[in-house]
Order: sequence, then structure tokens, then C-alpha cells
Amino acid sequence: MASLTMAQAINAALADALAADERVVVFGEDVGPLGGVFRVTDGLTAKYGEDRCFDTPLAESGIVGTAVGMAMNGLRPVVEMQFDAFAYPAFEQIASHVAKMRNRTRGAITLPMVIRIPYAGGIGGVEHHCDSSEAYYAHTPGLTVVTPATAADAYSLLREAIEFPDPVVFLEPKRLYWAKEEVELPARTGPFGRAAVRREGSDATLVAYGPAVPVALEAAEAAATEGWDLEVVDLRTIVPFDDETVTASVMKTGRAVVVAEAQGFAGVASEIAARIGERCFHALEAPVRRVTGLDIPYPPPKLEHHHLPNAGRVLDAVATLQWETA
Amino acid sequence: MVATPGAELLPTAKPVRLIGKNGERAPKARAAGHPMPAPEELLAAYRALVVGRRFDRQATSLVKQGRLAVYPSAHGQEAAEVGAVLALRRTDWLFPTYRDSVALVTRGIDPVEVLTLLRGDWHCGYDPAAHRTGPQCTPLATQALHAVGVAYAARARGEDTVVLAFLGDGATSEGDFHEALNFAAVFQVPVVFFVQNNRYAISVPLARQTAAPSLAHKAVGYGVPGVQVDGNDVAAVLAVVGRAAERARAGGGPTLVEAHTYRIEAHTNADDAGRYRSDDEVAAWLDRDPVDRLTAHLRRTGALTDEAVAAVAEEAERVAADLRERLPATTPPAADELFAHVYAAPTPQLREQAARLRAEEH
Repeated sequence: MASLTMAQAINAALADALAADERVVVFGEDVGPLGGVFRVTDGLTAKYGEDRCFDTPLAESGIVGTAVGMAMNGLRPVVEMQFDAFAYPAFEQIASHVAKMRNRTRGAITLPMVIRIPYAGGIGGVEHHCDSSEAYYAHTPGLTVVTPATAADAYSLLREAIEFPDPVVFLEPKRLYWAKEEVELPARTGPFGRAAVRREGSDATLVAYGPAVPVALEAAEAAATEGWDLEVVDLRTIVPFDDETVTASVMKTGRAVVVAEAQGFAGVASEIAARIGERCFHALEAPVRRVTGLDIPYPPPKLEHHHLPNAGRVLDAVATLQWETA
Repeated sequence: MVATPGAELLPTAKPVRLIGKNGERAPKARAAGHPMPAPEELLAAYRALVVGRRFDRQATSLVKQGRLAVYPSAHGQEAAEVGAVLALRRTDWLFPTYRDSVALVTRGIDPVEVLTLLRGDWHCGYDPAAHRTGPQCTPLATQALHAVGVAYAARARGEDTVVLAFLGDGATSEGDFHEALNFAAVFQVPVVFFVQNNRYAISVPLARQTAAPSLAHKAVGYGVPGVQVDGNDVAAVLAVVGRAAERARAGGGPTLVEAHTYRIEAHTNADDAGRYRSDDEVAAWLDRDPVDRLTAHLRRTGALTDEAVAAVAEEAERVAADLRERLPATTPPAADELFAHVYAAPTPQLREQAARLRAEEH
């Protein structure tokens, strides 16, 4: 067991993948000698050489489009978009090619590649550095969308992403990069499409993913002192979506709050709430609630606390779940 | 006087030409040091031009009969399409656009599979891996980056593969064109960027795409050589692309080739070219027909016999007849296949939707 940050766990996953498979290449902006602006690729160029981990021209569409060609021709590229909003120039490549190549070619061409994107806020970043962009990817058929909430999951899910036969958008919650936990590597925490119950409870289910998971757990701890026993489900992968685990939890508890940092309108939290409504209607004691970011452009650092879901807002939502009928 | 840095990368003032309008050898200065391809190469090009033209005409007829959803014709551009393909080895890769059906037929891909996209049966009808030919690409210039990546991977394995990306004049305005040229140059990967400047992006003329002296001039900004070639002279296209490919194969890096040509037909059957260009302009380009030009040249040199002309004409008719017969008989895949290739293994949600669709059909 070692005490590791999520950034260190991701670094270890990249290093172990480079060692395990000579087809793996890591590239992007500042990922070489600098080791990435978050030091996630620290030491990889020194250890594995410039051919395996290298810097490119500053052009995100170029990075992703080149990775498409590499994946078509036998490599397993793992590219980094430096920040969430910096990935938008690559969106055409992602939506038109990365997501569709297998389908366009009836399976003749597959794209085993990973697009790593540090995402979401809570780090005091200035504009264009804190977007929660998961809905764009989750809305695009053909993409697998992964977002870890623990260091062990970050390691395990990234190794699986690199070994996966299809393209994976790997969303790394920036504000969890420095969160430490005891991890034994190489960790394997379960396949894509399986959510994890992080806390068992019987009164209501909090469904969360990525940066919202610690918020949900904090809320659940606080709720316990008020007499509510809350279950916390961490999705781990947004696509594939684990209806089974979410449904089973809500059928058991009869109440659900979805917690997500992204703005709520037309977002992943809305999809989750709708799915719970469709599947658990007769078991529900109260309407499914969402606690999300506000429907505003990501605020400046000194105002971001207004936007971010916190345990208090989650508890407020839990309090509205018609307990008087219980 | 100190030479301007990069001056050696600039294209010649006039496009490279080997065969003149009436089939005569072009003046030596126009060849810019490019040798005339061997007679057997020109005869192979003749065959591909005639077959390619017949295929294109047949596809145009099929769209008028409602048997294709849409067809962007390459009529007038056959020399560029054929020359670029025949200048490469079978082991090299191509990245075509939707207008490059004649290039795909020249590559040896079944014409029915070439037209799957335009018939509406599926997106890509052929196996790109088997033919080393990317799917016909619609989003402009995006495939140029795929060419860079394929070339990078090939070189990383020590292969001497060259990759050719087809582009049009409109695509040179896209960001991915710039990013692909820049990546290819920085990493010195073996790619030939082959721009068919057919003068129009649907209706918008070249003057609205660029203020550059030529599209080939754009190369110098990336540290890449730019070459202009007469795209209606298949001999010149073979020579120029051949030289660029060998340069790339030898580790010399990418080249940008601009082939000057003209789209005789409208953008597609759904377009009305009369709204943006004159009949006189089209007539002037019909007068520079690429098939007629090579035919005249081979007649002059005596390399083309009446028997060869008849044999190639017969082959072209066979290709057209085969297409007329087999294309209307194609059927799209069953609806279940809509879910089969989204992922290696369908998600539970896709399995549910597939089951619902099956239930609807019963």
C-alpha cells in the first residue's frame, strides 16, 4: 500500500501501459520534458523515450486527428487535451471520426485510442479552464466516457481504457488530482459499465460521478447526523451507463438525488434522473431531484463557490424528498 | 544578394506539364526536370482514364435514374484522380474525399462498393484496411490528419509506406489542412498532400478561398515544398506525385501538390452550376480534356493501337454494364446492423433499443 494522489495514480497507469504494450504512445501539449501542466506525464519521456511520450504542435484537432490515423495503423495513442475547453477545437475529429469510424466501416476499422481531458472546476481556474464537458461526449454514440473519482479507479479505469478496443474519452476531475488515498498498484477495480456503491444506505440514493462523488459522500456523512441513511453510487463510467446498479439502489431506497457539477439543463444528471423515473416510478416516494451547477458560463474563481454543488445543497434536496410520508 | 530562406520550397511559376493540349510534348522548361513516364505507364493510365470516365458517366446516369442518392462527379478531373493513384504502390495508403470515386475505381476497389455511400446502403462500402484506402471523407480536410497519423505509425514500424491525402481547393481553407501540413512537416512524415484545385467549392470560386499566389505556395509556410502541376495532364501528375512519393519514402518528408483542373459537372446532381459560372468557361475547360489529351499523345507516339483502343473501350463498357446490373440489386443491411458497429460490444441500452426495433418490425 502506498499513499498516492490521483495524478500519481494516472501517471503510474500511463507508465505501466507504456511498459506493457509497445504500441502505446502518449502525446499532446507539454506532456514531454515538462511532464504536463498537472505533472500527470512526469518522467515518462525520460523513462520511455521521445518516441513513446512526446510534445506536438499546439493544435488539438491535429493531435486527435493524427491519433485517429495512428490507431488506424496499429498504434494505441493516448493523447492529452490540456484543459476541458481546450479540447473544443478537436470536437469535429471526435464527433465525426473518433466516434464513428467503427460504424462507418462496419467494423473494418476500429480506433483503440484514449483522449485524456482534465475537466471541471473547483481549482480557482480562470475562464476556459473549468468546463464540465461530459455531456457533449456522452451524447455522441460511439464514445465511451469514463470519469474516475478515486485514485485506485483512476489507475484501473485508465489501464482498461488503453486496452479497450474502442475510443475512450477519459475525464479527469482536476480538483481530485491532489486527493491522496492508500492504493495498492496495480489496482483493478472492475470493468467499464459497472458503477460502485461507495456508501451503503437505506433511506435515499445519491447518484454522482467524477468531482461530485466526494461532495455526495460528504453530504451522506452529514445526513447521518440528521437521521438519514444515504447510499452513494459512483458511476465510474457515464457511457456505458450502469442502469442495473442505479436502479437496484433506488428500488431499495425509494428516493434519489443526482449530484453533478456540470450545469444541469440537458445534461448527464437530467438523463440519469429520467432513467430513474422510467425504471423506478412505482418504488419512488418522491420526485427525483437534481443538484447540479447553475445554467451559467463557468464563473470566475472568486465566484465559483456559488456555482459548485456542495453538501449543503445536497442535504437541502434530500430534505425535500417527502419524508413526512415515510 | 542573399537568397530568401525557403525559396527552394516555392512552386514553379507555371504548373508542371509534360503533354500539351494537342498531345504534343510540352516545352522542356514546363517539365521542370520531371521525366516523361514510360510508355507502359502511360498505357496503364490511358486504360484507367477511359474506365474511370465511363464509370463516372455511368454513375451520373444512375443518379438521374434515381438509383443513387447523390453523385459528386469527377468528370474533367480524371487525370488527377488516376495519376495520383497510379503513382503510388499498392502498399501505400490513400485518403480520398467524396469526389474521388474515380480514384477508388483506379485503385481496384469494386465500383459497387465505391458507390455504397452514395447509394445510401451504408457509409463506407469497402474494407479500408484491405485496400489501404480510408473511407471517403466528407468533413473537409479532416482526413489529412488521418493520413499524417497513418504515415507516422508506418514510419515508427520502419515501413517505407507513403500516404496520399486527396483534398480540394475549398479544403485548403479549413483548419485541419493547416494542422495536417504543420504536423507532417514537424514530424517529417511521408505524406503527399494532393490538392485538386477544380476552381469551385460548390459555388464559391477560388478567389474567395485564398489570396495566395497559388495553393502550392501555402507549403512554404510549413517548410514543405509546394509543386503546381497541370492536373489535366496525367503524365505530369504521374511524374510529380511519383517524385513526391519517392522523396517521402526516402525520408524527405511531405510535399504539397496542387493539381490545376476543373469540375465539368455541377458540385452534385443537386447543384445548379449555371447560377455561378458561364457556359463559356466550361467550354474552355472541355477543350482541355484530360482523356483526349493523353489519347492524342499516345496516337502521336504510336504507342496506342486501334486494337488497344477497342480493348479498353470494351473493358469500360463491361465495367459500366456490370455496375448497371449489380448496383440496383444491392440491398442495405438489416436494421439490426445499426447497433452492431457502434461499439465492439453493444451497451445494455443499445441491446434494449435493438430489441424494441425488432419488435416493431414483427
